[in-house]
Amino acid sequence: MKRKEFLRNTVAGAILPTVINGFSLKSFAAGSPLAKLLGTTGTDNDHVLVIIQLQGGNDGLNMVIPIDTYSNYFNARSNVAIAEPKILRLSGNDKTGLHPAMTGLQAMYNEGKLGVVQSVGYPQPDFSHFRATDIWMSASDSNQVLVNGWGGRYLDYEYPNFPTGYPSTSMPDPLGIQIGSVTSLVFQGPSVSMGMSISNPTSFYNLISGVEDPAPNTLAGKELKYIRQVAKQTSQYADVVKDAALNVTAQNPYPTPNPLADQLKIVARLVKGGLKTKIYMVSYGGFDTHSLQTTTTDTSTGTHANLLKNVSDAIKAFQDDLKFLGVEERVMGLTFSEFGRRIKSNSSTGTDHGAAAPLFIFGSNAKQMVHGTNPAIPAVVTVSDNIPMQYDFRSVYASMLQDWLCVKNTDLQQIMLKNFQNIPLVKASACNPSVPNTGGTTLIDNYPNPFDRGTTIRFTTAGGHTLVQVMNTLGQVITTPIDREYPTAGTYTVFWDSRQLSTGVYYARFQNGAVQHVRTMMKVGQ
Amino acid sequence: MDRRDFLTAASSSRKKVVPFSPYQGARVLSGILPYAGAWTATEVLHLLRRTMFGATKADVDFFVGMSMNQAVDYLLNVPAAAPAPPVKTYNNSPTPGDPDAAIPLGSTWVNINTTDGGIEGQRRQNFKNWWFGLMLNQERNIREKLVIFWHNHFATETQEIARGIWCYQNNAVIRKNVLGNFKAFVKDISLDTGMLRYLNGYLNTKAAPDENYARELLELFTVGKGMDNASAPFTEPDVLAAARVLTGWQVNGTTNTATFTLNRHDITNKQFSSFFSNTQITGRNTTTAGDLELNDLLTMIFNTNEVSLNICRKLYRFFVYYEIDAATEANVIEPLAVIFRSNNYELKPVISALFKSEHFFDVLNQGCVIKTPLDGIVGMCREFKVQFPVATDYTGNYFMWQYLQGIANNQQMNIGDPPNVAGWAVYYQRPQFHEIWINSDTLPKRNQFTDTMGAAGYTRSGKNIKIDHTLFASSMPDPGNPNALVSDSIKYLLTLPLTQASRDQIKKDILLSGQTTDAYWTTAWNTFISTPGNMANTTIVKTRLASLYQYLMRLAEYQLS
Repeated sequence: MKRKEFLRNTVAGAILPTVINGFSLKSFAAGSPLAKLLGTTGTDNDHVLVIIQLQGGNDGLNMVIPIDTYSNYFNARSNVAIAEPKILRLSGNDKTGLHPAMTGLQAMYNEGKLGVVQSVGYPQPDFSHFRATDIWMSASDSNQVLVNGWGGRYLDYEYPNFPTGYPSTSMPDPLGIQIGSVTSLVFQGPSVSMGMSISNPTSFYNLISGVEDPAPNTLAGKELKYIRQVAKQTSQYADVVKDAALNVTAQNPYPTPNPLADQLKIVARLVKGGLKTKIYMVSYGGFDTHSLQTTTTDTSTGTHANLLKNVSDAIKAFQDDLKFLGVEERVMGLTFSEFGRRIKSNSSTGTDHGAAAPLFIFGSNAKQMVHGTNPAIPAVVTVSDNIPMQYDFRSVYASMLQDWLCVKNTDLQQIMLKNFQNIPLVKASACNPSVPNTGGTTLIDNYPNPFDRGTTIRFTTAGGHTLVQVMNTLGQVITTPIDREYPTAGTYTVFWDSRQLSTGVYYARFQNGAVQHVRTMMKVGQ
Repeated sequence: MDRRDFLTAASSSRKKVVPFSPYQGARVLSGILPYAGAWTATEVLHLLRRTMFGATKADVDFFVGMSMNQAVDYLLNVPAAAPAPPVKTYNNSPTPGDPDAAIPLGSTWVNINTTDGGIEGQRRQNFKNWWFGLMLNQERNIREKLVIFWHNHFATETQEIARGIWCYQNNAVIRKNVLGNFKAFVKDISLDTGMLRYLNGYLNTKAAPDENYARELLELFTVGKGMDNASAPFTEPDVLAAARVLTGWQVNGTTNTATFTLNRHDITNKQFSSFFSNTQITGRNTTTAGDLELNDLLTMIFNTNEVSLNICRKLYRFFVYYEIDAATEANVIEPLAVIFRSNNYELKPVISALFKSEHFFDVLNQGCVIKTPLDGIVGMCREFKVQFPVATDYTGNYFMWQYLQGIANNQQMNIGDPPNVAGWAVYYQRPQFHEIWINSDTLPKRNQFTDTMGAAGYTRSGKNIKIDHTLFASSMPDPGNPNALVSDSIKYLLTLPLTQASRDQIKKDILLSGQTTDAYWTTAWNTFISTPGNMANTTIVKTRLASLYQYLMRLAEYQLS
């Protein structure tokens, strides 16, 4: 029996009620000395992950702005580009800055509570909102339809057989909570949804119970069982959620009106109130900025600026509140959107559906760094050019699962269904030792460049699994010249025959464990 | 060893992947041959619950006297005339000079522009109230259900459209086409003011094509993305080419009509992929270019079989059940798609074939749809004949409709403002589909609503709406017999019959207050009928009926249709 399991089965189940006179542990702050002494929380696994969904496809290029290639950035989207002097600077980083509305996140970065991951995406990006959202929520391949979500798979791994036997003494609380009325695909487990939805934690309506006929073995019976199950769950969890909310009587202020802040305020309250819930999900919409993304007179204002301001203000207020409540060390969060937007803006002061985009990792355990490099923006941009992926979004999930929710490396593949590179998003102290930072080193290049019939790609691996992919400007993987294990470190070459391909820009993406680089390559006439 | 076994074997025993356990009950194998089975209240209720909102005993009595064919034909006979437009119930803007101020209360606003943003907001809500009222006052036909179906299919959001008149016009286009020709419908919706605004068609120019409408036209409205909703057969360049065909359209804000401006139109040829048989649409340089090229585009799109398959699947998911397995695809979807194509995309033949099929009436397909919030709210008001203010009191009625519209919104179905252009997730999101309606937030809200309507109801400006349980009980065949009253009430309110043991328990605990003598109820009911002024007895009857119906509506069975 593992230690964690032992604690679950014995401490909370047997000792607690007698020791503390019938009060359930959740009545105590998770970080309280008593709770720590008893060992059920404050162990390796009282961590909470908050997922913030930005619906509509967030324009990452105006959120995290390349300063070192500013002129190419400006040329590509002059009608929406943020003026260089207005870009918010990050401490110790002169290459990348933030949108001027994001002063809250700038402060968090400078305090060491924010990380930025550049160009997160996946091979063969999909440009449909609905499909792309499903891909992000299910953590599937682009051409694979998964009917469950990555959060649901994680919760199923951590709490097998849910909902049978739940709530239990060791897990009396909802496994995952979505603020709002619709539970998303993220929480869908292999057989049932692992999450519950709440819009107001203090006003549950209790269901009455009564006679129950057996459900027939038909489609109607299937749906009947489902509804009955929800009814039971609702009444089972209603009280614990309400009690947790009522445990907290004072919170730090949140900005208003700000729909995201409203949701995060509830999350902070429930975390502090003692829920053991592992994953919270909140969402905020309106990022589909095809037109009038900025005002025409001042590109640092307008729809997108307002959205980013709300995101930044909400996360900052949330972080400050977590600190005020004394639970700052237990919570980390990440943002995501189903895709970024096109490099080139359109003439209606907007941007169309794109591919990879940056995302934020926040919390006092977030590594203060910009992971990856600024996206390569060609000097001459065409309408269909997209930002190539530097990091697979599933690497972000896998890294958070491993280094924050402390899933064992050997078990990760069950949840993520494949092996993804680790990115050092979390401070080493949380679960895992750190990974060396290789920023500034050239690990992949090619010669000749520009080229016509082909080019030799040269890369330097530290050993272990190494991947080299070639992508086009739509972000699609065209070929994978290298996908193998190297027993030792070294520099290797591989020739890429490009005769079948049209001229233009291509990217070679190198990935070796936690390390990745992208090299821009140019094919000219042959 | 398959991949899942491999993953499981490699892991520790505690952390096992629980295999997905799909439905393992009886399968539906019937097809679209005409249904020739029994035609009783059970089948009539099934048909009415799916094609209208709720069903009353009077409705059932009306249709049970017909044949099944006649009943379906009757329901598909939708009046050609549009309903009277919404009327003004809101106060004038304080802004001087707004033309809206000249409209008297009780007259329609749909032909007169306003210059005031606040009034636009009032109009949008007024529009939703009106629409809700049409559902509550529906006649015995499928129109209102189809309006919701097509609103979900060609989804738009009033928040985005912003202008009340365009919201109304979008709704009018849907109403005009609910059972018409689908190809003509797509053309109308492509040039609808609300849709041009919602999906940026009005910004789509040759200089910078805006792909928004073209993408959804292919991905959602016509071709779709295949059976798994994930494999679009068209290509990204097809989307761009379609967007170029559609360049040049704008909305004239004065006349509230779609207009075509040639110098915004891409006059070059548009090349499509092999999925569209490598069609090239000839670019034109005339004032009718937009219209002609749109015709060409629709002709090309409707030459693919995918359109008919996509629409038949959507009809199926809305009206029958969400799961389409291989048998259903082969026995139902594909034959319906053939009917759809061979009738030149007329909607009536294909919808008629669906509702007259043995598949639709298959006992396995009855009672398996989870009610939408509209089924729940509008259906309940109709089933219990909730009394609204008199028709001439338009202000009083609009207030009530607004309350109910807000309840539907709380339960995640805000008519006029679905979550996004794909409509409500319940119609496409695997694997839960309709089950998404029900969760730990919305189920209590559904119960709370029926509880409220069975108790105090809703009161505004001195008017009240609520359930009169005695009205429902009186409409049952034998309300003085507690056994019959329980059984009949269950028959009309629930899709699944309860066991005899449950019925007996309900009768005893509720109607007989724990007693075993049926005559107690019979006496009380008969006294209520003969002497309604006997307040003590009337209260006995009313409280027991209120408990009975609250109980039945709290059962999970009540959430099924």
